[in-house]
Amino acid sequence: MAERRPYIHPYIPNSVPTVRKSMLDAIGAADVEDFYADIPDAIRLKRPLDLPVPLHSEAELTRHVEGLLSRNTSTRQLLSFLGAGCYQHHVPAVVDEVVNRSEFLTAYAGEPYEDHGRFQALWEYQSLMAELLETDVVNVPVYDGFQATATALRMAARATGLTRLVVATAIDPDKLSKVADYVRPGHELVVVPVDPATGRADLAAVREGLDGGDVAALYAESPSYTGLIDPALAQLGEIAHAADALYVVGCNPLSLGVLAPPSAYGADITCGDIQPLGIHMSFGGGNAGFIATRDDEDLVAEYPSRLFGLVPTAVEGEFGFGDVAYGRTSFAIREEGKEWVGTAAALHGIAAGVYLSLMGPQGMREIGETILANTAYARGRLADVPGIEVPDPDAVHFADFPIRLTGSLTAERVSEELLRRGILGGTPLADSRALLFCVTEVHTRTDIDRLADTLKEIAQ
Amino acid sequence: MSAARPSVPVSPKDARIAVKPRLRRFHQARWDEKLIFELGSPGERGVLIPAPDPQVAAEVGDPAAALPTALRRTVPPALPELSQNQVLRHYLRLSQENLGADLNIDVGQGTCTMKYSPKVNDQFVRDPRIAELHPRQHEDTVQGVLEIVHRLEGLLAEISGMDRVTLQPGAGSAAIYTNVAMIRAYFAAKGDPERDEIITTIFSHPSNAACAKTAGFKVITLHPDADGYPDIEALKAAVGPRTAALLITNPEDTGIYNPRIEEFVRIVHEAGGLCSYDQANANGILGITRARDAGFDLCHFNLHKTFSTPHACGGPAAGACGVTEELAPFLPRPTVAYDGSRYTLDDDRPDSVGKMRPFYGVVPNLVRAYAWIMALGAEGLREAAEIAVLNNNYLMHQVLKIRGVSMPYAAGRPRVEQARYSWEQLHADTGLHSEDLGLRAADFGTHYWTSHHPYVVPEPMTLEPTESYSRADLDEYAAILAEVAREAYEDPETVRTAPHRSTVHRVKEDSLEDPATWAVTWRAYRRKVLGA
Repeated sequence: MAERRPYIHPYIPNSVPTVRKSMLDAIGAADVEDFYADIPDAIRLKRPLDLPVPLHSEAELTRHVEGLLSRNTSTRQLLSFLGAGCYQHHVPAVVDEVVNRSEFLTAYAGEPYEDHGRFQALWEYQSLMAELLETDVVNVPVYDGFQATATALRMAARATGLTRLVVATAIDPDKLSKVADYVRPGHELVVVPVDPATGRADLAAVREGLDGGDVAALYAESPSYTGLIDPALAQLGEIAHAADALYVVGCNPLSLGVLAPPSAYGADITCGDIQPLGIHMSFGGGNAGFIATRDDEDLVAEYPSRLFGLVPTAVEGEFGFGDVAYGRTSFAIREEGKEWVGTAAALHGIAAGVYLSLMGPQGMREIGETILANTAYARGRLADVPGIEVPDPDAVHFADFPIRLTGSLTAERVSEELLRRGILGGTPLADSRALLFCVTEVHTRTDIDRLADTLKEIAQ
Repeated sequence: MSAARPSVPVSPKDARIAVKPRLRRFHQARWDEKLIFELGSPGERGVLIPAPDPQVAAEVGDPAAALPTALRRTVPPALPELSQNQVLRHYLRLSQENLGADLNIDVGQGTCTMKYSPKVNDQFVRDPRIAELHPRQHEDTVQGVLEIVHRLEGLLAEISGMDRVTLQPGAGSAAIYTNVAMIRAYFAAKGDPERDEIITTIFSHPSNAACAKTAGFKVITLHPDADGYPDIEALKAAVGPRTAALLITNPEDTGIYNPRIEEFVRIVHEAGGLCSYDQANANGILGITRARDAGFDLCHFNLHKTFSTPHACGGPAAGACGVTEELAPFLPRPTVAYDGSRYTLDDDRPDSVGKMRPFYGVVPNLVRAYAWIMALGAEGLREAAEIAVLNNNYLMHQVLKIRGVSMPYAAGRPRVEQARYSWEQLHADTGLHSEDLGLRAADFGTHYWTSHHPYVVPEPMTLEPTESYSRADLDEYAAILAEVAREAYEDPETVRTAPHRSTVHRVKEDSLEDPATWAVTWRAYRRKVLGA
């Protein structure tokens, strides 16, 4: 019978018995147990962990994981019209090439010397976003767009010293859940229902919601959860400012080659998710958040996030980087800082920076035009399907758009039937007869026609 | 006939490959790379975009024309315009000016568990069957990834001893916040909302204090006693009817394990509070002791630390929270359910704290952490822990031989997976600060981190060697520190003005604090400094 091969794990060099022994000898310790002397016996685990049999070799591990991955069917294999907070876009090869570099992928929190590259890439990310957003301050990414919105609202509350937060446009119920949790201590969150027929903000109701005069922020989205570019976005800013509230706008940065940056129509704080900017969807792992403001000392003081700044060095003509106003962070002063800061989503920021560098002003305009055109075309095609109504036909949508089923089909049934025909699509909305579809630059006319034809087939 | 070559005398000794010096003659890449805004020229393109289909364009015209002028972009964003290979070259140069963990003996980033992130796990997550999955896909099309999430929850439940696990938090601090949110929801559900105080320790990560405060709690911070352990008398004085929870790390960031942890937990429980274990420092105790065994109600792991996922310049990371059955109703939604044949997402959880982030977590890192645990198994996890602790105590043994360094607290006691040292003596002798020494270390191709603020340990340095480094690596690292300390005594100016062989020299930090000069973006820099 073959003897068991000695097991030295490739991830653990000093498990070689002679090395282990020589190190213990060097310290003068008899056993590794000596180092655990402070852990009381009563709480020691007296048995091995009950874990599956390990797959020691890379070959075995790969085979096992491959078996699991084979039970996924990706958007490369199916035609997907899913959006609603996570978007299928083409990720340029250069973005992957850069973010997969070991130097970036495995770095963490070095100083601005040995990690100069990370600081420059993230400062450039801040700067590229700033050009897109027309703001002078953008943070190092926070976890995701939900967190960015929640923090932007708390920043507004701190900056104004007020506590009411009013939501004016359609918002993802999951995002609302996150925001409601996050602003619970000491804030009042008011959601003004949108016009049920069109999904547009109800300006009269918003005005009423701001009547109390104690409103810290009015929050709107462009596009809204249902993909609507509400034509009243600029008026909402005026309403907010007339009530001495800050205007906080969540936006999809990918739309800003064709749509005005929110700061241009009055936003005091802009926030959102950068996943559309060259970051793979990864089943929801690609989200990352941004917050942007004008360069106002009082607003800058309210950011919890890292803000990298460009500075000269001791050598003439050389530049370096550092943290701007570090003293406001929880790293500096624990609970006395603004909210908290920690590891979040920096590499996604680098990805977005590479993406914007590749896109340039032309690329951003063109992708916006293609998405607007595809969205309009898809809305038109789906409106022609019997049993489907596309609300508010004159409205402008970006990527996401809702449809309503007028026949006997439910939203869930439509999704199931589409999947049977190789199509992913339709995010069911609160109304069980309404669904959200999404198109981007990756969709061709043939794809959209196929969706419309398939829905026609299902409706019959 | 060829010209005679100039004659260089060669001794037999020179003809051999020179023996390498004990310390590297390192120099980091210094490309003197411009800012991206100074590169390229108008009209260049990095990528091309599919144009609308002609028939589509003809049918829809310019949809934006229907928008009010104020909502249309009239001035293009002032983004740079570069050809594709210039963009690539720029960012590759920046990458070379960055010292990833894969390239250095990264034991100096204490508290961060800079272990090796296996490359094979990166391959898994680049597969389109992870990277190109939409989170709203029909459950039937994502059974594989749901299975991975569900299995990983089970593995971490066993490793922590907890009943249920969520993998939704985006990183460690988000996991702390998630635990605090669950604690708040628990007392609200019990009709006990008066519990508005959270107790933590100064050697626990600042996010314990900061997340508690953000969630509306008053924070009480325990300081160490003379031996460096959290002060149990201070804890007894702090607990009461307003105590919601204790948030504590063990071993703390000093590497000291608090042997009275069960007593801490009991004191808080007796006062009616919950106990939440920040397991950022779990790497040395995998398979040795578990959160549940010490009586904790909640815990969290940083998957980018203990479970090997890459640190990615500061995220994306991943956090995991474990809870007892009693707290399970409050877990973020959805949870992954399994009926023996099919995995589903359970969103119908009325007592849930709700969403902590979009969708289900940083899925690529969940896949990596799953693969890492599967590659090691129970025996391997324990081996990782033991070797991490051996490495730490070995490095300590080497470092404490260096002039000017000491290790405050718990004299003569071992440390678990990391150690916090002090250069107080060296500072007294030379006037140099710990930061200066860390920057000089960059000249030898590595670095170290001091500690979180406030510096309770004066002139701190926190080293955590993990299980990933060989004895030779640790010897090299200790030799670098010894050389830097020697220079501090013999040639302090070299240390004071370091780094010399890094990408850039010391920055002038003053402008970072002054609103008139700080420049968070190129736009701000243009306006403030260039006057454009």
